Amino acid sequence: MNDTADSTLKNTLPQRQFLSIAMENLLELIIRLSGISAIIFVLAIFFFVFREALPIFFSDHFDLAKFLFNTQWYPTSEVNVRYGTFALTFGSISVTFLAMIIAVPFGLGSAIFISEFCGPKMKESLKIIIELLAAIPSVVWGFIGLTVMSRIIVSLTGAPVGVNLLNGGLILALMSVPIIVSISEDALKAVPDSYREAALALGATKWQIIYRVLLPSAKNGLLAAVLLGIGRAVGETMAVLMATGHAVQIPHGPLDSVRTLTANIAAELGEASAGSDHYHVLFLTGILLFIITFAVNLTADLVIRGIRRK
Amino acid sequence: MTPPEKTIEIENLRLAYGVKEVIHSVTFDIYRNEIFGIIGPSQSGKTSLLRCLNRTIDFVSNATVSGTIRVDGADISRIKDIYALRRKIGMVAPLPVGLPLSIYDNVAFAPRSVGLTKKDDLDEIVERCLKQAALWDEVKDRLGTLGTALSGGQQQRLTIARALSHQPQILCLDEFSIAIDPVTTMRIEDVLKELRNDITIILVTNLTQQARRLADRTMFLCNGDCIELDSTENIFSDNPQYAKTYEYVNGIFG
Repeated sequence: MNDTADSTLKNTLPQRQFLSIAMENLLELIIRLSGISAIIFVLAIFFFVFREALPIFFSDHFDLAKFLFNTQWYPTSEVNVRYGTFALTFGSISVTFLAMIIAVPFGLGSAIFISEFCGPKMKESLKIIIELLAAIPSVVWGFIGLTVMSRIIVSLTGAPVGVNLLNGGLILALMSVPIIVSISEDALKAVPDSYREAALALGATKWQIIYRVLLPSAKNGLLAAVLLGIGRAVGETMAVLMATGHAVQIPHGPLDSVRTLTANIAAELGEASAGSDHYHVLFLTGILLFIITFAVNLTADLVIRGIRRK
Repeated sequence: MTPPEKTIEIENLRLAYGVKEVIHSVTFDIYRNEIFGIIGPSQSGKTSLLRCLNRTIDFVSNATVSGTIRVDGADISRIKDIYALRRKIGMVAPLPVGLPLSIYDNVAFAPRSVGLTKKDDLDEIVERCLKQAALWDEVKDRLGTLGTALSGGQQQRLTIARALSHQPQILCLDEFSIAIDPVTTMRIEDVLKELRNDITIILVTNLTQQARRLADRTMFLCNGDCIELDSTENIFSDNPQYAKTYEYVNGIFG
């Protein structure tokens, strides 16, 4: 019985051709390469940036401790060159922190509204508008910060200059909100409806469902959304360059101007002559930035794993 | 003999999703402390009927309900505290839905929703409900683990424990046994027989024999029409009122 079934199969089904097997192997190879290429690119970027930065370690004017913890940044001084990036690091961190204080509650709130409360028509239009917001180029945001926002800040707070930490934080918040909204909305949408129904049948109110079922089950996605927002804020260059005032100092309040690591590199790399200490130290600043973002991602990863283990 | 006390009265209930009517004007009563079986082929509106009862149907955007449903005399379409209604009706879905919380938190969810926070009270409720659902012995040492990590059958008993946690007066079971092995099914059926002394049970099932074993009265629902509603004995006898019932119950049709 089985023999006849086998023989009919052999007769009717064509044999796999050599070509189709080869194509399959080729496709697998290509996919494998694309996967591995991510690792290669990261390593290559790190390698080339580090190669440009390396000579600074052999310079007489450079001291790693001062580079990290000194606030004096005078890279072009004739008499006393100082390469302290602490004010820049602090600038990056404070602008990002301020932006996240504003953007995370707004972003999450808006995502919860879109996914749980609003009607289908409103939902569609809101999503389109938020995607439009994400598509605005960063230089346009910088322009808004420099002109519109700075005037508003001056007239509301009476600060001497409108381009400052607050301005940069607001602009960055506006830039990261769309990312946070769209990713957290995806995360909330991924929570199965059966969870909502089960909680509903237990007599839970809308809010109880949100904070006791939806937020806990979507927490990984929500955390990812916040971290991508942070990533966007730390890495953003043009908008903060135009909106923060570009003064190297530790800010005493939100109305002081600051300069960020990214803005510093963008503004000075064009002027530093290739091969000079200044040039090399800017690349080292790039590595510092790289390490900060890496640390953020790693923390996030560990936090998510920690949550999962519970 | 006094007529039995009605706990749910359904009058001319119609339900439509969009333009497609899935329940065509059914009228029946459910008595207090009975096990009320609902049998019928798939797509006949059994689950939808249950969703009308606790008004979770409100969240299906294109559903329109007409007719009246009274629970303990109160018209549920006019009821003010919808959450109290849902707590009065325990609901067990066909596939177990363990909320992504610990076993303990799953059962304590509903009591906490009404503001019960005292640890002793919650402990007592969790233990009682898990015992009632025949799950306590298997999980008492690991109440902190995720409910979703349990096996399918255990999860289903967890949802039964959860449905009992808000001390419902009516317990709706929607094909609770499709994810559970026969032994556990029998254990839960025993639990249901005990529960009958305290609460009313609505048992929706595809297994006609299950209705036969448990139900006091059985309704045969087909394509949104109530074909026949009678004592289980009559429904499963050789000559129920309608031939269709006989055919369905004996597997000739359906």
